[in-house]
Amino acid sequence: MSRADVDAAAAQPGQVQVVATPPAPSSLTGGRPVRKSLLGDHGRFLRSELLMVFRRRRNLAILVVLGVVPILIGVAVKLGDHRERGDTIFGGITDNGLFAALAALLVVMPLFLPLGVAVVAGDAISGEASTGTLRYLLAVPVARTRLLAVKFGGILVWCAASVVVVAACGVIVGAILFPSGELTLLSGRTVSYAAGGYRLLLVCGYVAVSMAMVGALGLFVSTMTEVPVAAMAATLTLTIVSEVLDAVPQLSALHPWLPSHYWLQWVDLLRDPMATGAVGHGLLVSGAYILIFLSLAWARFSGKDVTS
Amino acid sequence: MTAAISSAGLTKRFGKQVVVDAVNLNVPAGSVYGFLGPNGSGKTTTIRILLGLVFPTAGTHALLDKDFAASAAEVLPRVGSLVEGPAFHPYLSGRANLARLDAADRSAPVRTARARIGEALERVGLSAAAGKRYRNYSLGMRQRLGIAAALLQPRELLVLDEPTNGLDPQGTREVRHLITALGRDGVTVFVSSHLLSEVEQVCSHVGVMSVGKMVWQGALADLATQQRVRVQVRTGAPADAARVLGELGLAEIATDDDAATAVLGAADPEHVVAALVAAGVGVRGFVVERPNLEDVFVELTGAGFDVSG
Repeated sequence: MSRADVDAAAAQPGQVQVVATPPAPSSLTGGRPVRKSLLGDHGRFLRSELLMVFRRRRNLAILVVLGVVPILIGVAVKLGDHRERGDTIFGGITDNGLFAALAALLVVMPLFLPLGVAVVAGDAISGEASTGTLRYLLAVPVARTRLLAVKFGGILVWCAASVVVVAACGVIVGAILFPSGELTLLSGRTVSYAAGGYRLLLVCGYVAVSMAMVGALGLFVSTMTEVPVAAMAATLTLTIVSEVLDAVPQLSALHPWLPSHYWLQWVDLLRDPMATGAVGHGLLVSGAYILIFLSLAWARFSGKDVTS
Repeated sequence: MTAAISSAGLTKRFGKQVVVDAVNLNVPAGSVYGFLGPNGSGKTTTIRILLGLVFPTAGTHALLDKDFAASAAEVLPRVGSLVEGPAFHPYLSGRANLARLDAADRSAPVRTARARIGEALERVGLSAAAGKRYRNYSLGMRQRLGIAAALLQPRELLVLDEPTNGLDPQGTREVRHLITALGRDGVTVFVSSHLLSEVEQVCSHVGVMSVGKMVWQGALADLATQQRVRVQVRTGAPADAARVLGELGLAEIATDDDAATAVLGAADPEHVVAALVAAGVGVRGFVVERPNLEDVFVELTGAGFDVSG
């Protein structure tokens, strides 16, 4: 530091204001507005969490990739040879644009969707730990159970958003490139476009719940490490292991218990009448796994020493 | 209110290593308490226990006279903290980072959030850089943002772990002023440091940690009484001087070629000089060596600044 710098620094002592204002303990309790929204005063934290998730460039990139899938499918089918029409989801695209959305969901289900969810869920606690912000959140204080709840809330919204992006892009691309009148269900029955849209909505709900299970797993794994990438990789790996085991016929006894076994069961929703038995079973399995993983996350996190 | 922080037998074991060993903290309300100790002496772990980040293996503690285990959620909003350096989301601006912490605080009135955030930023001199991303902040700016986060709400207790780490001399002085100002306002400040000069200037009380144990705690003024004042007599007859010093009851007498030294103890220096002269010892010089706080600190912690454990 030169002599001149010292002088300059000394000449501006007021540059940084160190003004003492008396503490006003009364303002801690006085005049606090009582919010009566559904989430009470958790709403503000959840909103902050959602901003964190949806403003992050990496996450936006994931949404873009998910949105591109139905566009690629639509364009490929439009350009390709589609003389043969079977009563499959892909075959239905040329008949009705809604099938572009369904086909896209079918494509992203095994890998892309779980990947996106694993990234966000795996980052939930471990990300805060790796930046060190976890200790400051807990000292605010944020109760650990509340932090997990808000994080899982963010993951749920993320799951829903991912599914909606795929479906919405599919619907739009389908409407542009293909007919959008009545559509023929997989069982051969014909329903109105609106009724088809309703079915698509149910499918989206089912897929979102399936992904919420991956999210719960990710949240649990995320409480066990300070390295976000490790949590993401572990979550995706476990998901893929489940899918691989599900593909081995010799393990058929195990299949009904696998988290991913019922993932594609939503095709039942495209029959008429809707075959809800297996779908209901799928929801039950997802719900059970969500409960298990959330309990594990809570058990792991509530008594953990935070040394990050 | 009697104690801002009190603890009984606070102990933390990581595996076999005892990091915090039966620490009994007593931080009087309204004090500025310097929490001293060499690196690795267990200061930060103690602070993590105080804030509920780490669970103690044994012992209890209370913040602002409330048992922590029973009422952490109630008492923590009244406590601002800086733990082991600042930590924020790198891709958010300073202001957005503070907004996030404020949103997480159930006790923070949303109505005043903007004003409180602005005020906290101004208080640490970050208003101009509030919109910049945290990743572009210098170390000193990061430290300031950490202190701003601790000041988001009116606090009754501030726990600041090494608050001047990474600050330039001017920033260090500003933080010292801030601590003094907060202390004057009645806020209890618990500030950890390995820099003695920092503590000596701003603190009313100190606690000294060494290898996980609290080795001394009390008012800074009382620490002076811990000092072992030595006298040095420069003389042509060191042996004679030593004999006189011994007769006067001084301890740890040592001699060399032209001087005798001893620990003064209860005797007063004037009396010692008079006795030496009366005994015919030629006194060429007489020095009362009062060790500074740093010497006392090193004496208490033994190893000085070496990392232990």
